[in-house]
Amino acid sequence: MSAVPPENPQGPPVLEMHDVSKSFPGVKALDRVSFHCRRGEVRALVGENGAGKSTLIKILSGVYQADEGTILLGAKEVHFAHPVESLAAGISVIYQEFSLLPDRTVADNIFLGREPVRRGMLDRARMWRETQESLSLFGADHGIDPGSVISELGVAQQQMVEIAKAVSLEARVVVMDEPTAALDENECEVLFGIIERLKARGTAVIYITHRMREVDRLADAVTVLKDGRVAAEFDHVPEASLIINAMVGRELRDFYPPAAGAEEIGEAILTVRGGGNDKLFSIDLELKAGEIAGFAGIQGAGRTALGRALFGIEPFTRGAMILEGKEVRFQSPRDAIRAGLTLVPGDRKAEGLLLMQSVTDNGMVSARAFARLLAGHGGSGRLSAQRMEELFGQMEVRAADYRQEIQFLSGGNQQKVVVARWLSLAPKVLIFIEPTRGVDVNAKAGIYNLMRELARGGAAIMMISSDLPEVLGVSDRILVMREGRIVAEHRRGVGEATVMADATGHTEAAA
Amino acid sequence: MSSETQDLNAVRARRRLPRINPIWFVLAALIVAIIVYNPNFVQPVGYMNFLKRAAPLAILAAGQIYVIVSGGFDLSVGSTITLTVIGSSMLLNNNPDATWWVILLMYAMGLAIGLTNGLVVSILKVPSLIATLGMMITLSGLALMWSGGAPRGYLPESFRYFGRANITDLPLINILPISLIVLAVVVCLLWWLMHRTNYGRLVHAVGDNPRAAVLAGVPLMRVRVSAFVISSLTAVTAGILLGGFAGVSTDVGRGFELQAITAAVLGGAQLLGGRGSVSATIAGALTLTAIFTLLNFVGLPQPVREVVQGLILISAVAYAMYRRRHAVH
Amino acid sequence: MSDAMLATRRSRIRFETIAPAVILLGAVAIYIGVVIASGQARYLSLENLVGVFNRSIALAITAIGQTFVILVASIDLSVAALISASAVLASVVMGGEPAMIVPAIAAVLVLGAIVGLANGLVVTKLEVNPLIATLGMALIIQGCLSAFVSNFAGSVPKDFQFFAYGIAFGLPVSLIFIGLLALLSWFVLRFTRFGANIYSVGGNREAARFAGIKTARVVIAAHVISSLCAATAGLYLASRLGSGAPWIGRDGMYDLESIAVVVIGGTVLAGGRGGIWGTIAGVLIFALIDSLFNIVGVDAFAKQVLRGVIIIAAVGFYAVRSQRMAA
Repeated sequence: MSAVPPENPQGPPVLEMHDVSKSFPGVKALDRVSFHCRRGEVRALVGENGAGKSTLIKILSGVYQADEGTILLGAKEVHFAHPVESLAAGISVIYQEFSLLPDRTVADNIFLGREPVRRGMLDRARMWRETQESLSLFGADHGIDPGSVISELGVAQQQMVEIAKAVSLEARVVVMDEPTAALDENECEVLFGIIERLKARGTAVIYITHRMREVDRLADAVTVLKDGRVAAEFDHVPEASLIINAMVGRELRDFYPPAAGAEEIGEAILTVRGGGNDKLFSIDLELKAGEIAGFAGIQGAGRTALGRALFGIEPFTRGAMILEGKEVRFQSPRDAIRAGLTLVPGDRKAEGLLLMQSVTDNGMVSARAFARLLAGHGGSGRLSAQRMEELFGQMEVRAADYRQEIQFLSGGNQQKVVVARWLSLAPKVLIFIEPTRGVDVNAKAGIYNLMRELARGGAAIMMISSDLPEVLGVSDRILVMREGRIVAEHRRGVGEATVMADATGHTEAAA
Repeated sequence: MSSETQDLNAVRARRRLPRINPIWFVLAALIVAIIVYNPNFVQPVGYMNFLKRAAPLAILAAGQIYVIVSGGFDLSVGSTITLTVIGSSMLLNNNPDATWWVILLMYAMGLAIGLTNGLVVSILKVPSLIATLGMMITLSGLALMWSGGAPRGYLPESFRYFGRANITDLPLINILPISLIVLAVVVCLLWWLMHRTNYGRLVHAVGDNPRAAVLAGVPLMRVRVSAFVISSLTAVTAGILLGGFAGVSTDVGRGFELQAITAAVLGGAQLLGGRGSVSATIAGALTLTAIFTLLNFVGLPQPVREVVQGLILISAVAYAMYRRRHAVH
Repeated sequence: MSDAMLATRRSRIRFETIAPAVILLGAVAIYIGVVIASGQARYLSLENLVGVFNRSIALAITAIGQTFVILVASIDLSVAALISASAVLASVVMGGEPAMIVPAIAAVLVLGAIVGLANGLVVTKLEVNPLIATLGMALIIQGCLSAFVSNFAGSVPKDFQFFAYGIAFGLPVSLIFIGLLALLSWFVLRFTRFGANIYSVGGNREAARFAGIKTARVVIAAHVISSLCAATAGLYLASRLGSGAPWIGRDGMYDLESIAVVVIGGTVLAGGRGGIWGTIAGVLIFALIDSLFNIVGVDAFAKQVLRGVIIIAAVGFYAVRSQRMAA
């Protein structure tokens, strides 16, 4: 992939990053990345999960500091030691998880930390007025009142508040990190309109996404990151296939394990009939032995809620669950685990790991939870610490010492330990939520193969992922969710566009 | 010796050193200081008396560490001690024959207190500090109610035996206080439970990350409640020993809750859970007692103990935070 | 623009905002019910109701300060010890001399400021858990205090007792003081940049830091306010009792009670949400419960037991509720 020289320069770049490198223990997150963006330009920044997009943005916004390399803003070299400095310099980043204070009003949030003061008092009138002005960018019918409390707003409106904040800060560069992840089609159109207006004001927009359709629709230029390096750079928007090739850089077929043969897929192990709770509606579902069932959908579609309902975290309140012919009702994860279900959570740090405990302890925790409490902690037989460490060896968990605290392991190794935790219990159903989030590319294939092997061993695998190529590449069957329902079911080999159309509910988007 | 082997030895030494908790060195230094002030300390009577005095706090701290490692605090132990002493004296009413069932009843009471603490924290989700502070007020109110504000009666010898009596005329050590035997039994039991059983690992898991523990199938409520129960039962034990040598009053247990937490913190326990050791906590309790002993020798008035304890508590936590900030990853 | 103005504001009433009012109404109803049922209608006179609240002045002052620390997601368990120390310091410095009133007040406020500053610095710079930091501080204060006095010490001049017993404009001075203090706190929290920062830091410390707010300073300031309030409560108690003693703070259980009334008043222990008027409602609720005990004739020790139970139940009620709201 060679960089295409700029064809139609629109003046000097407002932002340039030269040869920026950043390492974390065990990972080189960015390797001499150069990047630039012009006034009034939308530059798409694309790449797979773990390609280094968010590290690059965090360096730009002063959350991280680069190990090497320079950043030029308006041709002047800058160093940001703290997010406040980059904000003051005119760089606003809108993260996927908003940094708004949920209990404060729109005006309070827009003026967070820089409230105008008049005669010793907050100048609320001015805050209100200027908030209105910033919001006017969105036209007349945005429906956001400066006095509304953030938690009462919808996701799209919260995003508008973030953008209004950037406008109010007179940002020269606005970075948007997958802004459409939680939006429906109409809201996306509103957002695109807003971005056009930001462009017209001369703001440079860095737009992170992995949806080619949005790149096509919005971008003026594209930078592709892969494994911490710039894989390609275009000062125009090329064919989508060119971008995808640069992103993936290898044939998908080699990366993902082969599908299950028809003879490998067995009976339904877990069946749900008419399942529902306050987030899920009339769920009918079969998870079959030997099969990987992938769940696709946009954020908030109910995929995670479904996994959590099956596992007894927020159980179904309606309908029936049948496990191997017997009706079951799980009121807690413990019930579910006892019956043979397991769940690998999406937020590994918050829900998966015991950061201060050893690697072995993390692997043993579930076995111990179901063993006799007063038995020795070394366990015995199939559930012994020794067997667990052998298992780590087979799974190629890399650690200096299994007595080391797990927080010092890399994401991929941590994930393997969380999976190993379950293997000792010989589960029948394994639910994986975002199994490769924060896992580097090489370790991903290992996790896919592991899932396939488990399926071959007769387990039913449910995979929930926001990484659509991954869902399509690994699953034998793809289920699409939208607004708490399962809306479509596809065989392996279905196209990305079809699934996206089902997920967003707009068939015209399939084009 | 070649420089290479020296380096290797240095590396080995560095690797080995952190295994010994620094609190043991602090304790050793303090004991040397005590011996300097009072050479009689090396006699069995000297150190046995020291250990006898330290026993209630050490037992209490060994129970407190369970609650701390599981991610909470138990501030109700001081008033549990008071209630144990007051309750025993009221129930015994100078009748030595009642000793055994009174002791049994006190343990039942401790069980009830621990269960209540644990259930309030687990089901009502009240922060443990508030829940156990509330329990502390409630229990000391009960102690006052029971005794009518002015405790009367005294504890019969049969009851005071555990806290006060010594086995004498032993070879080598000459005397052995009964309270020391109680201490040894309790500590061995609690050390084994924390560091050698599945249960102990689950206590660590729950304190480290309760959400992850629940998703891994750990019975969160049972582990948490049992930690509070263990703490309350050690408080009853400490109360029985204190009743033996301190006598009956409504403030016999006052301040013990913070001493127990200080001992645990000195032993390197992680506040809010996940890390802690029974043996290091015992060392912390002995250290605290040694400091108090020294302050006595130096002739500082009693209240200064509180000031020193407050300073130790804050600086021990501050030091732990400093270590964590500067830890090499 | 006009459309935006017309846009309907979806206002979901929050549980925490209305609960204090509802509980207060409930407490008033029970109070009236018990008073009527026990045929002691004299307890309903205005004077008596003023008297009910007047007994909770020290709690109210302390709780106003505690509101600030809890709003920034910290906590202050050193208030009881500081109240004792302030009362003793005031009465010892005054020593019955009217001329020494002003120096005594100054000394007490300086003490409060120092304690608050120390708490704030230990919490923010040494990163010590605020529970432990302020518990340790309580030990230090109590130890210093007990080293010097063991009983009532000093005395306040008659003039100073005006604070606790004086009447102005037909109302007790202390009640007017509370009213003004509450108004001032409300003003600061609602209308100043510092107030906005308090809510921001308590709501999300990281976000506040990223927005350039000096979060440590805000937390320290909140601790100073809390300690100054506790010191003032000590002054009030000295004025009321005529002298200070080293146990009055502890016996009043101002640590736990101030936290309890703040929580009952709808301020969330996690910080960032709540306000002064809820705290005042919480104090009123406690005052009513207290006088109910008096009417029914519960003895002092049983009262302590019931208080502990009520505090646990109240905090538990809120904790369970807000969990459900969050889910």
